[in-house]
Amino acid sequence: MSEVQIQNFTLNLGPQHPAAHGVLRLVLEMDGEIIERADPHVGLLHRGTEKLIEHKSYLQALPYFDRLDYVSPQNQEHAFSLATEKLLGIEVPPRGQYIRVLYAEIGRALNHLFNICAYAMDIGAMTPMLWGVEEREHLMEFCERASGARMHMAYFRPGGVAFDLPDGLTDDIYAWSGRFPRMIDDCETLLTENRIFKQRSVDIGVLTAEQAQDWGFVGPCLRASGVPWDLRKAQPYDVYDKMDFDIPVGKHGDCYDRYLVRVAELRESVKIIRQCIENMPTGPVKTDDHKITPPKRADMKTSMEALIHHFKLYSEGYHVPAGETYTAVEAPKGEFGVYLVSDGTNRPYRCKIRAPGFGHLQGLELLSKGHMLADVVANLGSLDIVFGEIDR
Amino acid sequence: MDLALQELGDYIAGQLSREIVDHGITNDELVMTAHRDAVIRVLTFLRDDANCQFRMLMDVCGVDYPDREYRFEVVYNLLSMTHNNRIRIKVSADEETPVPSVTGVFSSANWWEREAWDLFGIYFSGHPDLRRIMTDYGFEGHPLRKDFPLTGYVEVRYDEDKRRCVYEPVSLNQEFRDFDFLSPWEGTPTRLAGGEKAGDEAKEANKDGAK
Repeated sequence: MSEVQIQNFTLNLGPQHPAAHGVLRLVLEMDGEIIERADPHVGLLHRGTEKLIEHKSYLQALPYFDRLDYVSPQNQEHAFSLATEKLLGIEVPPRGQYIRVLYAEIGRALNHLFNICAYAMDIGAMTPMLWGVEEREHLMEFCERASGARMHMAYFRPGGVAFDLPDGLTDDIYAWSGRFPRMIDDCETLLTENRIFKQRSVDIGVLTAEQAQDWGFVGPCLRASGVPWDLRKAQPYDVYDKMDFDIPVGKHGDCYDRYLVRVAELRESVKIIRQCIENMPTGPVKTDDHKITPPKRADMKTSMEALIHHFKLYSEGYHVPAGETYTAVEAPKGEFGVYLVSDGTNRPYRCKIRAPGFGHLQGLELLSKGHMLADVVANLGSLDIVFGEIDR
Repeated sequence: MDLALQELGDYIAGQLSREIVDHGITNDELVMTAHRDAVIRVLTFLRDDANCQFRMLMDVCGVDYPDREYRFEVVYNLLSMTHNNRIRIKVSADEETPVPSVTGVFSSANWWEREAWDLFGIYFSGHPDLRRIMTDYGFEGHPLRKDFPLTGYVEVRYDEDKRRCVYEPVSLNQEFRDFDFLSPWEGTPTRLAGGEKAGDEAKEANKDGAK
């Protein structure tokens, strides 16, 4: 028989593909059904957020952070608010900090619920998605009641939060947090010991701890590889140092462990939410320096100074002292950092956004090499990719 | 915390006396300026030295300062999980001078450097695959430079006759409105040339330095 030259096959996945989690174009070089090379083309959702922020005042820049990772918008706002506060050198009153931690954990629940269910759907399980989206609806209702917006809250502001929670909201969140673990249990009965689910995720996309560090993996993906690292514990911000919670860590670093870590983190989030509500103090929710936070509307009717402050804040904004900071928070997807450079004016000079998904997606080739085509989809789902933050 | 960081900074500057130009602490963060050509040596040392162990490169980014001799600053943000520390390394570059790529030290630098190349036009020598990453296929220019207009130069639309997307120069139906509310009497970085305070800059700088 004569020798036959077999050429590798190049497959183009996306940019419009339900498993691509948005607009990912993935160029795959395949030997039969084995992946030889995976080249993600990103940037199809690039909106120039960093450029736009340079042309906005600090307060106007904040809502752009909602639109990065739109699955957990609160956590991005948190990073930007903390960075600005650090440059301004201001403290947030305790109640403001508790509310922020409460909503940051609601954001984490929103994100993990969506990721677990979307990942399950990627590898063939339909039902969790339907349940999860319903549960997310409850959470987004809480967001709406606090801020008026279901997703893009713009609620965390430099200096605190925009306004106090309405009456009865914390009671409803508390009641929800009592019901929610049952929903996680239900979801787990469908997935955790499911034969098909395990066949599709155990030992797929294995990442060692060394590789994870070398490739800049953060968050659940890093912890699934056995590295106990969480910024909420290691470098606590706001009132995380007063919370009692555990950091779940995986063993094998495969897709299944990443799923398990997220499920365990959901339960930890519920613990933090309950502690926040139980221990929430009364008092102001934002700093009373009206050069930075707006005065009460009632004051504006009688006080000339309050009126001037309000006018100045919503036209010029506030000046941030010249300096720079890299401030990071533990967003649900991992370390979300903001490198903020101020030149002393009312606009950021440079605002670099360090999105966790960007680092994860470049490791896709490492995870997928030697696997089948269908496993690329599993890897992609388990990395928790959202294009709003990757393309910025 | 600050004292430990200061010690660490002195230690690194002592070990790498030829590579590190300047070091200091701003906003409780350790910042170092390094020579451009030594960046690989610096990052390798920071990764491997027992007192540093900055095993993770969190971010590489560019910053544009058009007034400087070397207009770009490349900023590396590193994290040490062992010692729970962060450090920031800066090198300067301009359009012509390449910065050595650190992909050999940290694999994660790959896309961050591609991004800096795409958005600023900072060239990284020795990078395995320096393609554009954020902008469109065939895009021209580097959008995050300060001299690149916010509205860009071209816009895309779908042409019904040609049955494909076409690029056209940007046409704005309404003039671009850049609301400049900056009050000229507080916090402005520049003084009016020839104004009565024109000579005060040196004094101001000294005052800041004393702080």
